[in-house]
Amino acid sequence: MSIRTIDKPTARPGFVRPRGRFNLGSRYTPVLVTLILLIAMWGVGATRYRGFLSVQMLLNLLIDNSFLLVLVVGMTFVILTGGIDLSVGSVVALSTMIAAFLLRAGWPPLVVIAIVLVVGSTLGMLVGLVIHYFEIQPFIATLAAMFLARGLCYVISLNSISITDPFFVDMAQTRIPLGPGLAITPSVIIAVIVVAIAFFVLHYTRTGRTVYGIGNGGQSAMLMGLPVARTRVLVYVISGFCSALGGVLFTFYTLSGYSLTAVGMELDAIAAVVIGGTLLTGGSGFILGSVLGVLVLGIIQTIISFEGTLSSWWTKIVIGALLLVFIVLQRLLTTLRR
Amino acid sequence: MNPTVTRALKHRLFWPIVTLLGLLVLNVAVRPAFFSIRLQDGHLFGSLVDILRNGAPTLLVALGMTLVIATRGIDLSVGAVVAISGALACSIIAGSADPNSPTTVLVAVGISIVLALILGAWNGFLVSVIGVQPIIATLILMTAGRGLAMLITEGQIVTVNSAPYKVIGGGYWLALPASIIIALGMFAIAAVLTRKTALGLLIESVGINPQASRIAGVRSRSIIWMVYIFSGLCAGIAGLMISSNVTAADANNAGLWIEMDAILAVVIGGTSLAGGRYSLGGTLIGAAIIQTLTTTVYTVGIAPEITLVFKALVVIIVCLLQSPALQTRLGSLRRRPDRRRPDRRRPVTTSTGGVLS
Repeated sequence: MSIRTIDKPTARPGFVRPRGRFNLGSRYTPVLVTLILLIAMWGVGATRYRGFLSVQMLLNLLIDNSFLLVLVVGMTFVILTGGIDLSVGSVVALSTMIAAFLLRAGWPPLVVIAIVLVVGSTLGMLVGLVIHYFEIQPFIATLAAMFLARGLCYVISLNSISITDPFFVDMAQTRIPLGPGLAITPSVIIAVIVVAIAFFVLHYTRTGRTVYGIGNGGQSAMLMGLPVARTRVLVYVISGFCSALGGVLFTFYTLSGYSLTAVGMELDAIAAVVIGGTLLTGGSGFILGSVLGVLVLGIIQTIISFEGTLSSWWTKIVIGALLLVFIVLQRLLTTLRR
Repeated sequence: MNPTVTRALKHRLFWPIVTLLGLLVLNVAVRPAFFSIRLQDGHLFGSLVDILRNGAPTLLVALGMTLVIATRGIDLSVGAVVAISGALACSIIAGSADPNSPTTVLVAVGISIVLALILGAWNGFLVSVIGVQPIIATLILMTAGRGLAMLITEGQIVTVNSAPYKVIGGGYWLALPASIIIALGMFAIAAVLTRKTALGLLIESVGINPQASRIAGVRSRSIIWMVYIFSGLCAGIAGLMISSNVTAADANNAGLWIEMDAILAVVIGGTSLAGGRYSLGGTLIGAAIIQTLTTTVYTVGIAPEITLVFKALVVIIVCLLQSPALQTRLGSLRRRPDRRRPDRRRPVTTSTGGVLS
């Protein structure tokens, strides 16, 4: 369980032990399995339903889940350090509320977005400081943040506030053509940029290595002289920022702010990260895996809505079953690696 | 400083008790009749009785959670189990020919409890046999469980009209609410079983170091399995109480956030999420704080909109006061370094990641 073995993969990203051509114990295996699963589900969908086998279908997955993509980026950072962030769903709701409230009061849209991002990052920073300097478990600290953010939503307004600001409406309705019959929304571009930046930071910068280092054992990371304190606080700032940005994208999608939106979205984010092959103990996983995890969740919902006769609660059951499969798989792979 | 005062200050339940007393005093200050309890039709009524009755499900769930956390685990699925057991019992009773017959109710309660035990055993299986981290193992049932409950109720809110079933959550025994008697009964059983036998010691040893205790001959696998089954049982009974109190099973909202309340109650009560030493008495006080907090919001007249903000602030304050870092700093302020646990002064502890391991 918590016993860390010496031969766990080193903190250097992109390092694979050469052991035969196909290595079951490789840290890429969970991601590959997710990819195969995604393709298989797409294939099954394509044989069953008309219109499933199209590129626009895949783009729609991105359009409908752009906010979740941004959320899992932050969540991946936090989970890679061995922490967890339960507050993301509430911060999304708080962001939609602040945005809708300020826009109704007539503030310029770009200022509103900046304020939302600052509020989210500040909340994340406070959580990070509490976790690092008061040694409170991430679970409890982010739980308190979850209650706080949700409570602040109610303080702003109990009712749904609709957004009529022309900039937000534009962002919601603009379709950027990619080719004949193909289009995406600006939100998708923002989400892809966030994923790309996160990929770069995690795999090509010192900060990224420190994140993996903390996940593999905070004590040794500190003895190596890595800036543990700064990085551990930073991942919660990143998560808070991503949640706020996810909230902004969510308002582009729904054009309203409501206190009760995004209840349980933190579970979706955690599930996507786990299905994407990141270990919840930290230290092992990839951003692109989490992106695949989001796509798997999206495709489950699409299949269930295409099926028509299946009730919505099957989504939850299928996601639960998938989580089970992936967790047992990861467990087997970790055992193989030893 | 007076040695008695120092000892009291150092007691692990000092801050929780101060918080609870503070909340009660606040209530009395706002509404002097807060402590008054009257006897009417052989039943006790009053704010304190209300706190006890409404706090019973949280107390039960927190009780199971304490033992799970003591083995360095966590059970996120209790809310889902609450929903499932309530949904199953209500569906059976609503579907039966005679909802008022005690036999029907007993059968429904029995089947629901058996299902809750099975769900607990499932969590225990994943954690102890497969070796999945508790937080993820129970996340599976947390995610899928609400779906299962919806499957049982077919997405509807099942209402039941059954006098015997109503007793569990809303009835009275010996002038006291039946739910609090059931909860305290379970509490007493757990306390006797773990504190009057070696069981509590074994649970703590598994929580402190599973490998070492296995090598020392403790059957850590059966112990872990047992605590999850017990947690499932507690959640199942809490589910019966909640659905019986409102005479309906709502698969979506029954027991929503109860896992969070229960974990908070355990943590406020001084049991560390890193496993090991646990305190059942602390959990009792923690659950009382959570419920009193909710009642206080109504008594003091805080707008319902900011209930959650208020709750979050109290939780943050209590956790900060109890945090090892602050305790150490307070200790050095008093020039009384804590000699019992010198390891607290290590620059980086793994306690922040402990919850996940």
